[in-house]
Amino acid sequence: MASESLTTSGYIKHHLTNLTFGPFPEGHEHAGHWGLAHTAADAKAMGFWAIHVDTMFWSILLGALFLLLFRKVARNATADIPGGMQNFVEWIVEFVDGIVRGTFTGRNALVAPMALTIFVWVFLINVMDLIPVDWLPQVATLLGSNVFGMDPHHVFFRVVPSTDPNATFGMALAVFALTIFYSFKIKGAGGFAAELTMHPFSSNNKLLQLVFIPINFLLEFVSLLAKPLSLSLRLYGNMFAGEMIFILIALMYGGGWMLGIFGGFLQLGWAIFHVLIITLQAFIFMILTVVYMDLAYQTGEH
Amino acid sequence: MNINMTLIGQSITFFVFVWFCYKFIWPPLINALEERKVKIADGLAAAEHGKREQELAEGRAKEILREAKDQAGDIINRGEKRAAEIVDEAKDDARTEGERLLVAARAEIDQEVNRAREDLRGKVVSIAVAGAGKVLEREVDEATHAELMNKLVAEI
Repeated sequence: MASESLTTSGYIKHHLTNLTFGPFPEGHEHAGHWGLAHTAADAKAMGFWAIHVDTMFWSILLGALFLLLFRKVARNATADIPGGMQNFVEWIVEFVDGIVRGTFTGRNALVAPMALTIFVWVFLINVMDLIPVDWLPQVATLLGSNVFGMDPHHVFFRVVPSTDPNATFGMALAVFALTIFYSFKIKGAGGFAAELTMHPFSSNNKLLQLVFIPINFLLEFVSLLAKPLSLSLRLYGNMFAGEMIFILIALMYGGGWMLGIFGGFLQLGWAIFHVLIITLQAFIFMILTVVYMDLAYQTGEH
Repeated sequence: MNINMTLIGQSITFFVFVWFCYKFIWPPLINALEERKVKIADGLAAAEHGKREQELAEGRAKEILREAKDQAGDIINRGEKRAAEIVDEAKDDARTEGERLLVAARAEIDQEVNRAREDLRGKVVSIAVAGAGKVLEREVDEATHAELMNKLVAEI
């Protein structure tokens, strides 16, 4: 990080830049080639076809960790006395199952496993926020410069995928796609269209109803789009803010031992508080997904 | 804050993970939970059943005990009655035996008395004959007076 990390804004900027792999833009020295962005500006210029290697790496690693762990328990699951790990897994499964049973009124075997996946996966992703902000990026810098021969200044590394809007949007869009799919499947194209155009204003007068349709559609369409947007932004915003505060606290370690010790206590306090936030955000993401799926299944008035 | 391919990658990852969970994780876990629920319900029902059985058995045991007590009381009563009977019988027996002995003894006594009387009679006859001979101072023909004497004896 050397020269870049000497300035506060450089340090923060470095922490907020993803390890981006993509095509170098026109006018760049490597134009026409694919590679890892060297600077934040590069990453931005790479456009849509770039991919955040760190986000994908951590989200897939944590998701795989969850799946392998649960799969191992599921394969050995017995109806007899459960062992410690099975107990723990069953506790989570029953918790999620109870929520899905209480919230989701339709019949869809996909919803409960999806809720479980979201809850545990998002929770694990969020937990990464509790690891001191410099540890893993420093490891990545060492690895990058010594193993892959990269310029250490160019090794960007963000370890919390949920502070990357791509990740939260990606998940929210997947949920959105599912709700749209099931809306069509349950209500049919006509039913879904009616839901978008016949509420909240309706009239028995045909002419008046014709006037209402565009107004209704505007209202309903905005509220439809607001669902994935709010779902992703809520998680992203909370986690990004938390991450930002950790970075700001980490800055204090460079300000002498007094400020350093103070920063240590601050970090501890914020981390303890953050445990609540990461769990809550994972829970909210899960329960909103279930609620949206339930709305997709509701055919009557609402 | 660049929106890029990561978005789509994350969506695909999400679908794959959800599918894997739906296919391989959720069913066995939920089945195990359901199975355990059934098992516990069965166990509780069996325990309830056992409890009821025990209560019934206790009731039966009490009944049997009561019957046994009644029977024992009966037997004791009968035994006491029988004992009383035996004592009575023994008393009766003893009384009859005593009477029998008494009768036998009396008969013997009578016999003895008769024999003594016979004896005495014979002796009295000879004494009487001797007395009469002395009185008459002559020999009395025993053969002549034997009939007379015997009549006399019979009168005694």
